Amino acid sequence: MIAAILSLTVLGAALGMVLGVANKFLAVEGNPLVDELTAMMPGSNCGQCGFPGCSGAATAIADGSAAPTCCPPGGKALAAAIAAKLGITVDLSAMADDGPKIAVVAEELCIGCCRCSKVCPTDAILGAAKQIHNVFREACTGCSSCVEKCPTEALVMRPVPVTLQHWVMPKPLAA
Amino acid sequence: MGFMNLFKHFLSDGWGVHPDDHKRPAADAPVRIMPVPTKLYLPLQQHLGGPARPVVLVGQKVKKGEIIAEAQGMVSAPIHAPTSGTIVAVTEVTAPHPSGLTLPAIILESDGADEWCELRGCNDPFALEPAEIGKRVAAAGVVGLGGAAFPSAVKLIGASRAQVTTLVINGGECEPYLSCDDRLMRDAAAGIVDGIRIMLHATGAQIALVGIEDNKPEAIATMAAATADFPQVQVRPVPARYPMGSEKQLIQVLTGIEVPADGRPADIGVVVHNVGTALAVRVAVREGKPLISRLVTVNGACASAPGNIEVRVGTLAEEVIAYAGGLKGEGLGLARRVMGGPMMGMQIPHWRVPVVKGTSGILALDAGEVAEQEPNPCIRCGSCVKACPMGLLPLEMSARIRSEAFDEAIDLGLKDCIACGCCAYVCPSRIPLVQYFVHAKGELAAQDRAKLRTEATKKLAQQRQERLEREAREKAEAAARRKAEREAAAKATAATAETQGASA
Repeated sequence: MIAAILSLTVLGAALGMVLGVANKFLAVEGNPLVDELTAMMPGSNCGQCGFPGCSGAATAIADGSAAPTCCPPGGKALAAAIAAKLGITVDLSAMADDGPKIAVVAEELCIGCCRCSKVCPTDAILGAAKQIHNVFREACTGCSSCVEKCPTEALVMRPVPVTLQHWVMPKPLAA
Repeated sequence: MGFMNLFKHFLSDGWGVHPDDHKRPAADAPVRIMPVPTKLYLPLQQHLGGPARPVVLVGQKVKKGEIIAEAQGMVSAPIHAPTSGTIVAVTEVTAPHPSGLTLPAIILESDGADEWCELRGCNDPFALEPAEIGKRVAAAGVVGLGGAAFPSAVKLIGASRAQVTTLVINGGECEPYLSCDDRLMRDAAAGIVDGIRIMLHATGAQIALVGIEDNKPEAIATMAAATADFPQVQVRPVPARYPMGSEKQLIQVLTGIEVPADGRPADIGVVVHNVGTALAVRVAVREGKPLISRLVTVNGACASAPGNIEVRVGTLAEEVIAYAGGLKGEGLGLARRVMGGPMMGMQIPHWRVPVVKGTSGILALDAGEVAEQEPNPCIRCGSCVKACPMGLLPLEMSARIRSEAFDEAIDLGLKDCIACGCCAYVCPSRIPLVQYFVHAKGELAAQDRAKLRTEATKKLAQQRQERLEREAREKAEAAARRKAEREAAAKATAATAETQGASA
């Protein structure tokens, strides 16, 4: 009995130490480029790109298997930034980009089924069963995953409304 | 330019510009007091900082001076009813802003009685604690009346904490066309000086320097007479030069000390307030009356009777102009509508924009005054460099901004730009330099917001993940608990059955 316990303990400790040392010396270095790209992505892991989350998309973009234009919420701005980071040229004309958009609930159509709020990656939709839902403008990332779930087409994507806080003086026309 | 002026010109360090001031005859006309209009439009954001939060309901009756929206956040100011009447709506009105966008506002319908609410004044403000004065000024919703509309109480309390030594009172009014401060100093010098003394008491500063541009000799004379008995308040005429009324420039001219690039005046022991603010502080502390009206200059070539008008906050510019005598030729020659001064004011899309606490002027300019021209290429004459009061290189900065190299523009000092417009005013090629800088600042602010937003999104996504995990765990725990209960119940029934069986 004691011999069995002792031998298993020693075995466990020895193997644990081997694993610990191996973890330190044989560590696989993460691609720093992937980390940088992940930091640039919207970070809501909405999955519209077809990859498992933003880091998945960043990995695919870094190894060249995905185009920098694969992120719909990031839009043209993100695609251009990624292309500049990777030093590649990218055809932005194919991207339909009419500025950032957010989801809006048409109150007369919403039946309060809660399907949209379950898929929202940032919990931006407020509502309870059989209550009209609403979208927090500040928390919505415009990933549009909720739009497909809505059985009554009450959710639509609308351009982000310009308010006094967001207005920027337009650039003067060049001389 | 006379010989002496030429001489002065070469002696001076040269910043700033000397636009034709157009202050007279508006400055010499006596102040007219406008009757209360039937409807007042009170934007919830009339100041820098957080917007006020409405504390009234539609249909509610309010007295004049009653609070209708309370301050929200550290830097904010409450809004009071400018007359007695009924709240008819809380809705959106066009903001006094070049974008022409709307902002939330309370609409008050006057009942014609103009009846004050109960006021809490103070006969001897010098017996009050400085902090108490700050509180009363904050409660009265006093903001800087020079144009920037920074909440005055925040500045007063900050100044007493920072232990400032000098209070600079800004009577510069360097913007052309405007004369409301000039008129105020001529008509209410005693009140202003009393307000300055209250501010000295509140901030703990030892001396107050009143800087007045030397193109206002009448104001200098009346202010000098009013300060004769108070050696701690000194009137200092300063040369008329735009932008003399800018905080940093006025401090440097009056005290000889330069405010550091990324610092505030309090860092060198100075705090600046406008003359109008001094009077508003006096009224707020002595009489307990909130800031509900102000002097507004109506001017411009299209205004048929230029002058200064005392207007309730929330009056539409349209009605102010109509009261002031309307526009020449039914406004046919009108080329631009401006709120504030012509150099730093806001171009507005139509006249249905309310006067807010920071509105110093309403200008109706004709085509001759606007002189819009197509920009030509930069000829690198350096006029803008000489004119820039902050010692920046506008031509270099605008070239960087044109190619979207905002970082390089920041290195050249974009953040020190006060957007005074001197560079664009002197540019012989008519390049809209200051618009470039305002655009770049807006873009940089938008980039900062986007960065904050990305961080917030990540946090939200992470919190959602945690929530889902927690819910799954709780569900599992609940299921386990139910299972345990079921088993216990089954066991109990089995046991009772057994005992029943045994007893039977």
